[in-house]
Amino acid sequence: MSRIAAKFAALKAEGRGALVTYLQGFDPDRETSLALLRGLPEAGADLLEVGVPFTDPMADGPSIQRAAQRALKVGATLPGVLELVRAFRAGDGTTPVILMGYYNPILAYGVDRFCTDAAAAGVDGLIVVDVPPEEAGEIEPQARAAGLDLIRLVAPTTDDARLPRVLAATSGFVYYVSITGITGTRSATAASLEEAVPRIRKHTDLPIAIGFGIRTPQQAGEAARLADGAVVGTALVDTLAASLDEEGRARPETVGLVLEQVRALAGAVRGR
Amino acid sequence: MNKPLPNSYRQGPDSQGRFGQFGGRFVAETLMPLILEVEQAYEAAKRDPSFDAEWRRLLTHYVGRPSPLWFAERLTAHLRANSAREDLGAKVYFKRDELNHTGAHKINAVLGQILLAKRMGKTRIIAETGAGQHGVATATVCALFDLPCTVFMGATDVERQQPNVFRMKLLGAEVMPVTSGAATLKDAMNEALRYWVANVEDTYYCIGTVAGPHPYPVMVRDFQSVIGEEAKQQMMAAEGRLPDSLVAAIGGGSNAMGLFYPFLDDADVRMYGVEAAGHGVETEQHAASLTKGRPGVLHGNRTYLLQDAHGQITEAHSISAGLDYPGVGPEHSWLHELGRVQYVSATDDEALAAFQLCSKLEGIIPALEPAHALAHVIRMAPQLPRDEIVLMNLCGRGDKDIFTVAKHLGVEM
Repeated sequence: MSRIAAKFAALKAEGRGALVTYLQGFDPDRETSLALLRGLPEAGADLLEVGVPFTDPMADGPSIQRAAQRALKVGATLPGVLELVRAFRAGDGTTPVILMGYYNPILAYGVDRFCTDAAAAGVDGLIVVDVPPEEAGEIEPQARAAGLDLIRLVAPTTDDARLPRVLAATSGFVYYVSITGITGTRSATAASLEEAVPRIRKHTDLPIAIGFGIRTPQQAGEAARLADGAVVGTALVDTLAASLDEEGRARPETVGLVLEQVRALAGAVRGR
Repeated sequence: MNKPLPNSYRQGPDSQGRFGQFGGRFVAETLMPLILEVEQAYEAAKRDPSFDAEWRRLLTHYVGRPSPLWFAERLTAHLRANSAREDLGAKVYFKRDELNHTGAHKINAVLGQILLAKRMGKTRIIAETGAGQHGVATATVCALFDLPCTVFMGATDVERQQPNVFRMKLLGAEVMPVTSGAATLKDAMNEALRYWVANVEDTYYCIGTVAGPHPYPVMVRDFQSVIGEEAKQQMMAAEGRLPDSLVAAIGGGSNAMGLFYPFLDDADVRMYGVEAAGHGVETEQHAASLTKGRPGVLHGNRTYLLQDAHGQITEAHSISAGLDYPGVGPEHSWLHELGRVQYVSATDDEALAAFQLCSKLEGIIPALEPAHALAHVIRMAPQLPRDEIVLMNLCGRGDKDIFTVAKHLGVEM
């Protein structure tokens, strides 16, 4: 069983949903990024999404755009992010790691070699934002051969006619983008989520995680109860960004501040 | 899927929006249903004679089409005088799309797209713009159709293209300066896509070139093909035969695609796309995606891109804001790999020289974009036999560029 499947199964047995965190790799530098990844599971993150920096993140809001610019400024690359995951994996054999990013850096790396190397580094799943099911042939066979889950986004605009096609192309879990918009710009209402989650459930047995616009412990708790997981990204990136010095460098308290916020989110997801 | 199409260069794209390996639909799921809706609406509109009739009525009475075909007699004589032998120096013609309302070819495709948006029931229009020509064309048509219009423009470009910013505002459009990334055309396109994702219900994104996710490259090409179709007829009337060479500037490549497409299967017609070489293709400061880039995925399509070894997109540079883009339309990438079109380049300095020569010899101040095409004509025509014909797309007028050119020539205005 993959780490992702094992994690969701264990949480189901525990009777709660997952807290999925998103941070951009190398934001604001490699060492801080690694310290954050190492601290996240203990702070209560169940699955880790690691953003791969890209110059043109067209589905991301200003916070994550700036995170990418900070990371690129310190020399982040896709090989560098894989090395970061390898370093994390050396000390943690169970927490699932999902790389989230855009297709061009993967193309530049070489799709075949990337999938092999990512799996070897300890990556469990991929979210490639700009490869929709229509273009699945680009990366699906290679990801499957390497044992990587290909997690797809389902959006409010994904209608019932299209939903089965998107879900058929998904493995690991379903990432429900709860708003029509870019990351971190607004939040879905509980009512719209209560309608959306059963709509997806009708078509799949995969776990469903809700993301884009979840900021507070209360929202995370609600989403994790309604679905199988809550993804929090921008709110953590904002905390990280606010902790940096004038030159955008980490301060001694940066890691602690982000992990403290993760603890609060994890508490809400655990119903505490 | 990747093999060349037999017998014709005019069959692309396939049902997946691919020209060979190029093109496609690389967008986030939130946009995907909308892209499919645009495709369906466009397919339906193409089959509706009333759609075509309305578009052509507007082209005739609002834009002023057909644009003239002009024999550039003084330029031809000048280039002949510069040729090495008496039997050299091809005859140069201009397709004068700079005479269109709003001063460039952009309005051809904008009219088509806004008519489509109306058919789709969309009530807001957004667009990206670099130099401001596509923004002005979109703002113009939105004024005509009483549609609210938001134009995304890099903050750097807002600064260097103030006259066009003011024009757009006069026309009632809202201009949104984009500060993300390098604050130029590529970032304006990112921001327009982001805005669209958040406003999919009522908004239509009017893309300015033959790039973006399918169906935009084919749709914009189809609308712009009016240029080549007219030119073909006009050339037959003027010379009784087709031209030997076509020349057009390439940023995203919409004016070139519009001129080339109707001629692609005329095997004897050679074609040259002229990219912006900026300070020179051997420097870091250029916008020559086909000459110096390699295939990648950006803004919804696979195409040649300027990028580093790790797939990060690098900044383009050109004196012409309209060519200042690190990608190119996917059909050009395909034609490049097939060798059907030759892609060459011209530097800032060559374009500046052509800009001035055209003004003095023909009494036509060209935009800096076609000045790149003209720079190649100036290199090429003196080498060609005297009985050959070169047709260049003069796709925009230079009013917008006089401040930039003055600055480069050291003239205080």
